[in-house]
Amino acid sequence: MSGKAWVFGEAVNTDVMAPGLYFKSSMEEMATHCMEALDPAFAKRVQPGDVVVAGESFGVGSAREQAALAFKHHQVAAILAPSFGRIFYRNALNFGVPVLRFPAYAEVQAGDELSVAPISGSVINHTQNKHYSVDPIPDYLMDMINAGGLMPWLKQRLAAGEIV
Amino acid sequence: MGLTITEKIVRNASGRSDPRHGEIVTCRVDLALLLDSGGPRRIWPRLKELDVGVWDPDRIVLCTDHFVPAVDTASAAILKLTRDFATEFGINKFFDMQGIGHLMLAEQGFLHPGMFVCGGDSHSTHGGAFGCYISGFGAIEMTGVTVTGEIWIPVPETVRINWEGEFQHGVVAKDIMLKLCRELGMNNGGVVMEYGGSTVRAMGMQERAVLCNMAAELGAETGIVEPDDVTLQALRDAGQQPAANVREWCSDADAVYKNRLDFSSAELEPQIAAPHSPSNSGPVGDYRGTKINQAYVGSCVGAKLSDLHMVAEVLRGRKVKPGTRLMVAPASARVMTAAAVDGTLAAITQAGAIILPTGCGACAALGAGILAEDEVCVSTTNRNFKGRMGANSASVYLASPYSVAAAAVAGELVDPREMLSAVP
Repeated sequence: MSGKAWVFGEAVNTDVMAPGLYFKSSMEEMATHCMEALDPAFAKRVQPGDVVVAGESFGVGSAREQAALAFKHHQVAAILAPSFGRIFYRNALNFGVPVLRFPAYAEVQAGDELSVAPISGSVINHTQNKHYSVDPIPDYLMDMINAGGLMPWLKQRLAAGEIV
Repeated sequence: MGLTITEKIVRNASGRSDPRHGEIVTCRVDLALLLDSGGPRRIWPRLKELDVGVWDPDRIVLCTDHFVPAVDTASAAILKLTRDFATEFGINKFFDMQGIGHLMLAEQGFLHPGMFVCGGDSHSTHGGAFGCYISGFGAIEMTGVTVTGEIWIPVPETVRINWEGEFQHGVVAKDIMLKLCRELGMNNGGVVMEYGGSTVRAMGMQERAVLCNMAAELGAETGIVEPDDVTLQALRDAGQQPAANVREWCSDADAVYKNRLDFSSAELEPQIAAPHSPSNSGPVGDYRGTKINQAYVGSCVGAKLSDLHMVAEVLRGRKVKPGTRLMVAPASARVMTAAAVDGTLAAITQAGAIILPTGCGACAALGAGILAEDEVCVSTTNRNFKGRMGANSASVYLASPYSVAAAAVAGELVDPREMLSAVP
C-alpha cells in the first residue's frame, strides 16, 4: 500500500498541529484544524495511508497529545522526519502512529507516492524509484508497538498480572 | 569515572547500576503532576476502559490551571470532571484554581533533590531547579504512569552550561534562555541541560526555574540545577525538612559531560525572540521601535513574584502608553497575595495595567488576553509559535519581564536598561 507525501518544513510545532483555540472541541473538530496555519489544504485533502514528511524537530513544543492524535485521526501511514520533538515522538509511538527518523526528507517532493514499512524500517519512493532503509523502532518498545500502543499493552499486562 | 546528578538519579530510579547513554530504561516515579488540560479528562476514561484505579493517590498532585476560571460550559465541564476525579480517587494533593501546577510543586515543597518526577505538561521541567529529574509527558503516557507508577526514558547525556559573573541591571534568567534558544537551537533531544556557574548560584529559586522551564524550548529531556543552600532554604521555607543525604545529589568533580559551554553574564544584553519561534532571538535593540498592541505578563515562566517585582520596578512613576494594553496574570494565588501585600500590585495597577486571574491564561490561547488578526504582542511567556496566543496572523515577541514592562510604557519595543537607569 502506498500513499501521497505531504511535505512540511523544519520545526513544525504542536500548536499548528493542534491549535489551543480548539482545545475544548472534540478530536474530530480539532483534526480539521491540523496544520491549517501552514497549509489549510492538509486537513481537507489528506487521505488514509498518506505519509507526512518533514524537516528537523517535527512536533517541537507542548505535551498536548491531540497533536499526535490528529495524524492518527487522519490515518496517516507514517511520519518521516530527521528528528522529532521529544514528547510528540513519545505520544505518537504510544498511539501506534509510526514515527521514523528519516534523514533524506529533502529528497521527497510533495505528492510523491511512498510506501513505508515501520517494523522493518524501509521507505520506498515509487515516484522517484528510490529505496531507503531507516532505523526501526527501538527493540525495548517493540512489545508495546506490537500490542498496538500503550492502551492495548496495558490491557495485556493487567490481564497477565504484571501490574499490581 | 564520576557521574552527573542526572545519571545518579536515573540509576536510582531505574535500579540499573551502569546503563548506557541512549539505552531505554524503566524508572519508578516518585511523584506525578496531573493538570486539567491533559489530566483527568483524558486519563479517567482510559482508567475506566482498563477497569483500574490509580497506583498511589498520595504520589499524585492534581491542579486546575489551564481552563481556570471557566469562561464557557465546555471549560466548566472540564473543571468539574477534574474536581470529581480528585474526590473519586482520593487525591489529597489537589489544588483547585490555586495557580499553575509547576508553581504548586515548588510552593508546596513537593520537589526534593534526587526525586524522579513526571508531569503532564511540557514545562514540568520547571521543577528541575530543585535538583530533581522532572520531565513532561503527554496524557497517554501519564495514563500509564497513573496506572503503573513507571515510565521509560532513554538514558540521557548531560550538557553542562556555566554562566559566570554578574548581570547588567535589567538582564535576567529569561535573557539567558532566549539567547540559548538561538545558540543551541530547539533540537537537543536525548540530553539534560545542567546549569551552573556563579551567576546561577547567585539566583533565587524562581530565576533558576526559568532556566529549567525553558529547557523544554531547547528540546532537551529536562533541565536541572544541583542543590545548594538556596535550594535547601526554599524547602525549609515550604515547611519541608531536606533529607540527611541531600548533598549526595550533585555532579561529581570528574563527571563526564557530553559537552561544556561557558558564557559571560556581564556581556549579555536583554534578548527578544521575534515571531514565530523562541530560537528567532537576538538583542532587544535589534527590534527597537517595533510597535505593539499588547504587553502580556503571565505563565509559569513569566509571572512568578520575582517577575512581578521586575515589572513593578519599571512601572513605578510611569504609565502604560495610551493605545497599548498591559495585562498581568500572576502565576499563583500565593504570588497574587504576596504581590498585593508588598505593594507590587498597587504599582502595576496605578500604571494602568489590568490584573487577570491566576492560571495559564493567554499563553496557549486558553484564557483571557487572546490576540486578534495582525495584532502584535510582547510577552513574558515561553513560546511564540504561529497562532499560539490567538489569531494565526498575530505576532508574539518573547522577552523578560523588564523588557515587556518597558515596552508597555513606550508602546514599542525598547531596551529596558535605558528606562531602569533613568529617573521616571
